[in-house]
Amino acid sequence: MSTAAYALRDSTTMLRRYLVRARRYPLIIYLIGVPVVMLLLFVYVFGGTLGDGIAAGGGREVYANYVTPGILLLAIAGVAQGTAVGVAQDMSEGIIARFRTMAIFRPSVLTGHVLGNLVQMLLALAVVIGVAIAVGFRPTAGVAEWLAAAGLLTLISLAVTWFGVACGLVAKSIESASNLPMPLILLPFMGSGFVPTDSMPGPVAWFAQYQPFTPMMETLRGLLLGGPIGGNAVGAVAWGAGITALCYLWAKRLYRRDPIR
Amino acid sequence: MTTPRPALTVTGLRKSYGKTPVLQGIDLHVPAGTVFALLGPNGAGKTTTVNILSTLIRADGGRAEVAGHDVAADPDGARSAIGVTGQFSAVDNLLTGAENLMLMADLNHLPRVEGRRRVTELLARFDLADAAAKPVVTYSGGMRRRLDLAMTLVGKPEVIFLDEPTTGLDPRSRRTMWDIIRDLVASGVTIFLTTQYLEEADQLADRVALLDHGRIIAEGTPAELKRLIPGGHIRLRFAGPAELESAARALGPNTRDDDALTLQVPSDGGVGSLRAVLDRLDRAAVEVAELTVHTPDLDDVFLALTGRPDSATTPEGAIR
Repeated sequence: MSTAAYALRDSTTMLRRYLVRARRYPLIIYLIGVPVVMLLLFVYVFGGTLGDGIAAGGGREVYANYVTPGILLLAIAGVAQGTAVGVAQDMSEGIIARFRTMAIFRPSVLTGHVLGNLVQMLLALAVVIGVAIAVGFRPTAGVAEWLAAAGLLTLISLAVTWFGVACGLVAKSIESASNLPMPLILLPFMGSGFVPTDSMPGPVAWFAQYQPFTPMMETLRGLLLGGPIGGNAVGAVAWGAGITALCYLWAKRLYRRDPIR
Repeated sequence: MTTPRPALTVTGLRKSYGKTPVLQGIDLHVPAGTVFALLGPNGAGKTTTVNILSTLIRADGGRAEVAGHDVAADPDGARSAIGVTGQFSAVDNLLTGAENLMLMADLNHLPRVEGRRRVTELLARFDLADAAAKPVVTYSGGMRRRLDLAMTLVGKPEVIFLDEPTTGLDPRSRRTMWDIIRDLVASGVTIFLTTQYLEEADQLADRVALLDHGRIIAEGTPAELKRLIPGGHIRLRFAGPAELESAARALGPNTRDDDALTLQVPSDGGVGSLRAVLDRLDRAAVEVAELTVHTPDLDDVFLALTGRPDSATTPEGAIR
């Protein structure tokens, strides 16, 4: 078999390992729970007032549409923490030393975690979108737009999951692995996720405009609800691919270094 | 057939953690199909040696070849020839025993059917068939160690590293492990074993190297190592001073202890020398109250070579 065939086979094996473990200790409940609670909170508690701010007299209906892309990104941001904790926990187990002494595709343990979390993340996103529709989200997207949105959500999930893997590897303990990716949760708020960036004061607005999540959320908004996307699509894909590539290389390097006892 | 290629060749292996030298130039040569024991107290560098030879960590200097593959230049070549059972169990606690073994079958790229057959066979051989569907968290220490070794064997390795395979096991599990290891040797694999139990090296190994502070201080067969130290002796105790006196006269050179009423006669521990002593006592018509034969063990070797006793004692329940 070629290296590529081994890479595929070993990654599939590790994905299977991850899924068996995940069935016993599921992360998906947390992946669905947090964004759904936030969605309900923002639509039913803050939604009336915030909706009026977005379009005069818009109210809750307008806000349900506005906030859903932000909630989706919030959901994705949450997967980093679960991934980081899972990887850090796994690295503390003796079986990792065994994997390191076997002639297998080296990063396959990591790709197993990434693919496993990705599968759970996409399922969670489908549920969150379902709940959003139930509370008033009215997407206007056709099949092509939905496919593009699904592709973008997958790319973002991949980027965030690899970031979580790297955090899990770089962390000295399981506790710090759980804390490291926390700031990610703030990005949808410090961007165009919950309110438009032009309502923010100077430096905050500047950060909100140029941070990676904003073009991602704007592109999703454009795809799902219509409206201009412009340069945001290029920005979203570039950020997604860039973060994925960087975090993959970083994680691979971290995994390769000598384990210290 | 020519001589088989060596399973392990190590020259000048060095490793430091920060400023602390752990290995200070190790040379080893292990012929294929033999059992080699690396013996030493805690902190001698045993696990570091195994970690380097099993490609887990890199050496700072020196060369190591495993089954003909340089561990630094061709780690994957070495990995495909080895199996490692470490000191800390390398099993997945959240999976069942069967799932752990199947994982190994998949990672060894065995075809599905063959993998399943091998898993069933190993579960039976290691007496784990009943526990196959239970998660490993529920296993006892001995079961975990057996599963660990079974996982190592899925890929049919040529060279097996066993890092302290019986540390922490109860005497019965230890005996089971020893039997398993002897069976493995019979199947032709090479075993590189580390242990802090002198008894274990003596029981299992063809050759033993004594590791102390990152240096090999002696190497040879267990018998050769025992020859490095003052030989064994027969110790005789008598009922009274009269018997002691006549025995001392009958036996020739001996060490006499009048207070304890004992005599020590040099002996190689063999039946011949024992019979010679008893014959002489018979002819002199001396009654012996108690007789013990002391053969030198590796503990004595360690003491003789380092000037201090090995920090680890012989395992409880290990019978000599």
